[in-house]
Amino acid sequence: MVDVNKLEFGIETFGDIVANEDGSLKTAGESIRQIVKEGELADKLGIDVIGVGEHHRPDYSVSSPEIVLGAIASVTKNIKLATAVTVLSSDDPVRVYERFATLEGLSEGRAQVMLGRGSFTESFPLFGYDLTDYDDLFNEKLEMYDQLRKEKPITWSGKFTESLKNQDVYPKTDYDGLDTYIGIGGSPESIIRTAKYGYKVILAIIGGQADRFVPYLDLYKRAAEQFNMPTHPVAVHSHGFIADDDDEAVEVAWKNIKANFDRIGLTRGWAPMSRDQFDGETRSGSFYVGDPERVAQRMARTIKLLDLGRFDLVYGAGNQTAAQRERMIELYGTKVIPRVKEILSQEG
Amino acid sequence: MAEIKTVGILGAGKVGIVLAQLALKAGYNVRISGSGSVQKIALTIETLVPGAIASTNQGVVSKSDIILLAIPLSRYKNINSKLLKGKLVIDAMNYWWETDGIREEVLDPSLTSSEQVQQYFSKSTLVKTFNHMGYHNLQEDARPEGADDRKALFVTGNDHEAVDEVADFVNTMGFDTVIHYNLADGIMTEPGSELFGASLSKADLQNVIDHFDETEFGKKIKEAHEEQKQ
Repeated sequence: MVDVNKLEFGIETFGDIVANEDGSLKTAGESIRQIVKEGELADKLGIDVIGVGEHHRPDYSVSSPEIVLGAIASVTKNIKLATAVTVLSSDDPVRVYERFATLEGLSEGRAQVMLGRGSFTESFPLFGYDLTDYDDLFNEKLEMYDQLRKEKPITWSGKFTESLKNQDVYPKTDYDGLDTYIGIGGSPESIIRTAKYGYKVILAIIGGQADRFVPYLDLYKRAAEQFNMPTHPVAVHSHGFIADDDDEAVEVAWKNIKANFDRIGLTRGWAPMSRDQFDGETRSGSFYVGDPERVAQRMARTIKLLDLGRFDLVYGAGNQTAAQRERMIELYGTKVIPRVKEILSQEG
Repeated sequence: MAEIKTVGILGAGKVGIVLAQLALKAGYNVRISGSGSVQKIALTIETLVPGAIASTNQGVVSKSDIILLAIPLSRYKNINSKLLKGKLVIDAMNYWWETDGIREEVLDPSLTSSEQVQQYFSKSTLVKTFNHMGYHNLQEDARPEGADDRKALFVTGNDHEAVDEVADFVNTMGFDTVIHYNLADGIMTEPGSELFGASLSKADLQNVIDHFDETEFGKKIKEAHEEQKQ
């Protein structure tokens, strides 16, 4: 049963380039400052988490999310600050720890580490890694991160990582260690790995229906049992767009999500998005698009279906204007979240 | 060929698991293996595909009437070619740079991936299908024969009888088919083509296949062929 009072709601952005009202594009710098403004807005609205992604492509402005989160930390009070996600496979676990420990200090304990293997692959050649080591890289670096997270001197011998002898890493955090999630795209192995480390699960549902993840929750629980580790409430990350008018929301989302998806597909080999595909995703799939009522109904269904502890809505896909992005966050905070809670309480 | 009763799946990743779920639902016995030990996938199979039997490659192949290859293409040579001798094999794989790395390191540039997989498994009969639709579409879009919103898969191979048999099998798994009798035509549905990641009705799929040479990807493939001839 979903405990409405404990439910968390987040927004996440990949740092898409923001558009001006005339359709021209803002610079990366302007787009980054817009995210800080949005973080401040989300905090004022009482949204629980803001997540910022890491990408190394021309269509996204953020490659160093912790710096953006640091700026948001300085203008906010309560909102948690997450990456969405940190591509651990092509990063240095020591630096990952150091950056988040710094953010933890800056924000008085609001940093949240979200680790993933990355759905995009640009970071691998960029930092000198071979994509064919995809699994081994993540496994080794996760193990190293897990030891660093204990904040005790570490002795380590690695294949893809530096060897260390009784080495301490700084700064230490003042709180209960770094809160850590692992982003999962649907690989059963990832679920089992997360259970093994006792980390939290965030499911990236970016295509198709949430229903297919129901058995994964069972897998998570059974795997945690095998490893004698605790389980945590599961989080979901999906794309969305909210506007006052339902038709307007659908058309803005169609134009922007399609442009975003097709541009990525060009380099990743998949076919352009059809209207049929988009309509399927907004009707019963992974796009939460519409007026506040429609989005709330669909989110409530998913939260109940997967017994979630947290729902993160990804905003700003494609090239949306600052006004569209801010209005979406306002509607999410003032209408959608209260309505989702209301629906779930009524249903008991 | 014998009637298909048991379906063997090599590969317990996202695609392998969805294919196992579809096969179980269609009433087949299902055996499945992963790249590591049986124990490593046991919990996953027991939880996500209850009823399927997790086994070794050998345990899967020896007891199955049809074999589905659902592993990353770059790893097909990890499977002993003799193991699949005399078997009807479905190639659900593609060359995808994101998981397989640089093509020249995995494949001969002058042949399509399935032709090379067939060369390697020289004593098996290879048919390519299940390779172009996303795994969640495979899972969500499967429908009984005759359903209005049924989607279609491209099925192609050099052996007519085998292609027809696989097409019947695909039908039982929940999809219409568009058939070609030329394994090399598998390229029409690989990453970069208009069909990779698409989930289309039979009429729409047929239309794209029939006009493949006019698509951007089709033009590129044609150019590459002509360069090779010179």
